[in-house]
Parts: sequence; C-alpha cells; structure tokens
Amino acid sequence: MSGFAHEGVWVFIEARRGALRDVSVQLIGEARRIADRRRTVLSGVLPGWKVEGLARRAIEYGLDRVYLVENPRLETYLSRPFTKVMATLIRKYHPEIVLFGASKNGRDLGGRLHAVIDTGLAADCVRFDVTDEGYLDMIRPAFGGRSLAHIHCEKHRPQMASARMNVFRLPPRDPSRTGEIIRETVEITDADVDTRVVGFIETPRHDVSKIDDAKILVSGGYGLRDPENFAMLEELAALLGGAVSASRKPVDSGWVPKAVQVGQTGKTVRPDLYIAVGISGAVQHLAGMQESGKIVAINHDPKAAIFEIADYGIVGDLFQVVPELIRQLKASKAPPPVPEIPATTR
Amino acid sequence: MTHPATPVGEKRGLRMIVCIKQVPKAQELSVDPVTKTLKRVGVPSEINPPDQNALEAALRLRDAHGGEVIVLSMGPTSFEESLERAIAMGADRAYLVTDRALGGSDTVPTAHTLSEAIHKIGGYDLILCGEETTDSSTGHVGPGIAGHLDVPQITYCSAVEVEGDRVRGTRMIEDGAETWECKMPAVVTIDFGCNKPRQPTLTGKIRVKRGGLVTHWSAADLNLDPAKIGLRGSPTIVAKVETVQLPDRKGRIFHEEPAVAVSLLLDVLRKDGVIPP
Repeated sequence: MSGFAHEGVWVFIEARRGALRDVSVQLIGEARRIADRRRTVLSGVLPGWKVEGLARRAIEYGLDRVYLVENPRLETYLSRPFTKVMATLIRKYHPEIVLFGASKNGRDLGGRLHAVIDTGLAADCVRFDVTDEGYLDMIRPAFGGRSLAHIHCEKHRPQMASARMNVFRLPPRDPSRTGEIIRETVEITDADVDTRVVGFIETPRHDVSKIDDAKILVSGGYGLRDPENFAMLEELAALLGGAVSASRKPVDSGWVPKAVQVGQTGKTVRPDLYIAVGISGAVQHLAGMQESGKIVAINHDPKAAIFEIADYGIVGDLFQVVPELIRQLKASKAPPPVPEIPATTR
Repeated sequence: MTHPATPVGEKRGLRMIVCIKQVPKAQELSVDPVTKTLKRVGVPSEINPPDQNALEAALRLRDAHGGEVIVLSMGPTSFEESLERAIAMGADRAYLVTDRALGGSDTVPTAHTLSEAIHKIGGYDLILCGEETTDSSTGHVGPGIAGHLDVPQITYCSAVEVEGDRVRGTRMIEDGAETWECKMPAVVTIDFGCNKPRQPTLTGKIRVKRGGLVTHWSAADLNLDPAKIGLRGSPTIVAKVETVQLPDRKGRIFHEEPAVAVSLLLDVLRKDGVIPP
C-alpha cells in the first residue's frame, strides 16, 4: 500500500441518455450510510457530457461532493475512456472506498479498472457493513445464494465493490440539499477512444421493467413442455394483475425472452406473491426468488425442491391446476357472483 | 502493464484464445432438505456454461474466417478434462496454467496470470471469455484481462462478427442491444445462452486420444512474480461465510383434486391478503 492517507467514500455515478441510472441512486443511499459510519465525505464521480444538472440531482439524493468530468467523448459509456477517468481521479485523490452499481456497464468498468489500478473488487454485493477494524465488509451471495460471503480487502486501496441492482432502496430526494461540484479535466485522446457505438436497439421500457415491478409473478418452468403453454400463464397473470416470468430452462430453450428469467443468471425478484408453475426448484432459481413475500408451488412431483421453500403448494398436474385456477378466479370476478363452495376433503 | 499488441495477419485467418473455467455442474446441485445446505460432494464438473458459448462463438468465427482456436485455463490438473472436451468440440489446442502457487487466486491474480499466458501464446486477434462463471459470478476476469493487455473490450456480447481488422459485438445491456466496434486485438465476453455449443465429434475425440494437444505451464514457465499470484497476490479475502436464514415458510401442501386444491389455495391467499378478496 502507498503512504497516502486514503479517505472518503466514492460512488461511480452512471448517467445514461440524460438521466441518472436507478442503480446509481440506490447506491448513493447505501454509500451515504457507509460514509456516515466512517465519519467521512461521500463523493460521486460523474463522467459525461452536459450532465451538470445530474450532478446537482445526485447531491439532492445524498452526495456531499461530485467530481464532474465533462467531455463530449464521455457522452456514452465506453470502457477505456471511463476507466481512464476513474483511474486518474483515484490516483489523484486516494479514496478509501469506491463503489459501483452492478449494471452491465458498471461491471465492465469495475472489471477493467481493478486490473489497471491493482486492487480488489467484490462483485454484486447485496449488503455492506463496516468492521470493527474499519474495513468495508462487502457481502455477496456465494454459490446458489444459500450462503453469503463476507469479502474484505485489507491491504489494497481503494476497497472496491459493485452493488447488485434493485437491492438497495432509492433514497429520498431533498431539493434543498447542497453540495460541492468540482470540475475535473481528464484528457481523452484519440487513442483512448478505442471503441465506438455503431448501433442501439432499445428494449421497450415495459419489457425491461415488467418483472421487476410486478407485485405478483406467475413463473413457468420446463414442466410447461411447450412455449405455447405460456399463454395459460399469461392469462393467469392478467387475472391477478401480475406478470409472467420463467426459470432458466424455458429461456435457454428460446420459449421466452432472457429479460423475464428469474435466478442466479437472470433477475432477482421480490414480488408479494410468486407462483412457480412446473419449476423443480434448482438452487440457481431459488437464489432469484427466495425473498418473495409468499411462494406458491405447483408441481406434479411431491419431492420437487421448490416445495421446500414454498408457503403453499399444490401437488398435481399443472395442466389441470392452472386452468382450474383461471376458472375459479374468473368465476369469482364475474357478476353475478356464484360462490364457489369447495367440496370437503374426501 | 502493457503488452505490445500483435498485428493482425491477413492470410492466416483469426487466432483466437478462449479462456475457460471448469465449474461444478449447476443442474446437479441441490439443497439437502434436512440441513438446508448445498450438497456439493460428488457433483460432476463441466465447462462453465457461458464459456461454452464463448467457445462456440470462436469456432463459428473460425468456420467463417479460418484460423485457429486455442483454449486456455488456469486451475488444477483435473481441469484437463474440460480442455480435452473443448478440443473434442473442435478447438485446435489448449494450455493449462497449473501450479500450487496459483491456488486461492481472486480475480486480480487470475486476470494477471491468464494475461501472461496469453502474452506467451502471442499473436492473437481475439480473446473470448464467457460473460461470467456460474460458481463465482463476478464477470471481472474478462475486462481484467483487457485491462492487463491494454486492448479494447466488448463485454456481454450476444453476437460477434469480424470484418477485416475490426470486431463488432452486440452487447445485451439493461435497456437494449448496443453494438460496439473496435480494432483487433480485443477481448470480447460472450453472453450465456446466446448460441448452442456444438457437441464433441468423433474426429475431435480421436485428436484428444492421440494426445499432445494440451500444454501445461507452471508459474515459473510464465515467469510470474510470486507476489502477484495465488492467495498472496489476491487483494480480497473471504473473511467468513454465513448461511442465509430463509424465512420459515408454512409449507402447507394441498394434495386434493385440482378443483378442491385450487379453492383451498385461493382461500389462504385471500386470507393472507396477497390477492384481492
């Protein structure tokens, strides 16, 4: 370690198409807590072009200071120029902690940067703490999400980590909050711009967020046997005001888009109600949904692992159970109400 | 650290190095219903699934442009199994960096060690890695290698094409598909599931049987600085591991015929207030 006193908590602030990324704002909230624990200043680094308004907004969410690096060559994210900005400022100011949102670009940047400045980087953390010795306790799910690993970086500075998206809550915005904006210049040469963006096809906002935002998710697995059977889940989800997600197998098989995949290699979701249909419950899938409010499993195999973490389960043929669910939900909605009198257990 | 980039040869086709890791087979993992912990003993291994997609991407580029596909891994000698499988699938040859001194490496010494091996192989146009491994899920080694080698990187690609001395990758990011282009040599990381990895062929298996296609390198063979590798060269440590305490769920299972089971289920869900009455 060098002889400098390393001080301050930094967050990389990701601007994308004129707005702050949610993951950056979530991170400001959590980093604020860490900076307060360390009794130090919380700064953001915002590379971009014409983003001073976003710097002010980031302060309103909890930053004390923003290092603003404006350059037309930083308008969209590119690995090498952004790595150069971060490496230059880290070498100039010696922060103790640097945090990134674990978006694709945040991981792309952190991965390159940690090799360039030779320090540790804990990926995809879901919790942070400060140890008695003052180290950042970087807590991330270990294989399968059944355990949490506490990662420490004792001898290298800065201590760096990325934070999983949508784990930390958005902090409240306080328009009266003030902070300092420090303009920094980092030269970005022709050689630094070693890649260019030649195309972008936007995914409709609805598709991006639908399973993140849904209060109820109806999730299908390989047990559905055929992509066409997902229509049945769509119908059930529509009746419940929810959305349809899936485990890995239907995604791998091309039945449903990757954007709706729940699990370790997909998304982490926390709906109020998660209905797993024909999902056996591989560890990787459980990692993505085990924090749901209530979990319902529908599976023909009473030994399926999914029942281990379900609040309620129906052991039965999903091709009978799901249509029955749809029928009873429709019946309960349809006027005049025909009360459904369940036969007593025989 | 900067290594001189090697100029691209026009006639010899593409020289590609695919970095792979051997991981426990994901589908075989299960949770012990009694102890609620992961059963890992006796779980068979496989090539990290995203690395299989990276290998397939490289083989397709070789099909289109000619050249060679070299597979590189770092790990114990048991990893040879995966390197041989990669050759059976169509890779030309493989290198395994294996040394006790490399044990306990985090992503920093891993990227450093692989970069040194890549430098020793030399003459590369493209380095391909999977987007992340299924056992560590960091996604940091690919960009780390690009940082060490000081070459451009295009991560999270679902499609890669090469034209002349340039590579183009379509990155699947949160809000869409972004296409980046850069000059080779470059590092690209490949999205899990973006292609269907080919099966090993009989000719491939025969090539493996004949032997001589997997080269072992030690830390000394790569002149690695002992302070920069393995546990000693790793900035991070795993201080402790805690078991996740999942909320204790009621686990009420209905075995009744569908109409009854569904009705009972809807009743309890309404009572819990998760669906409207």
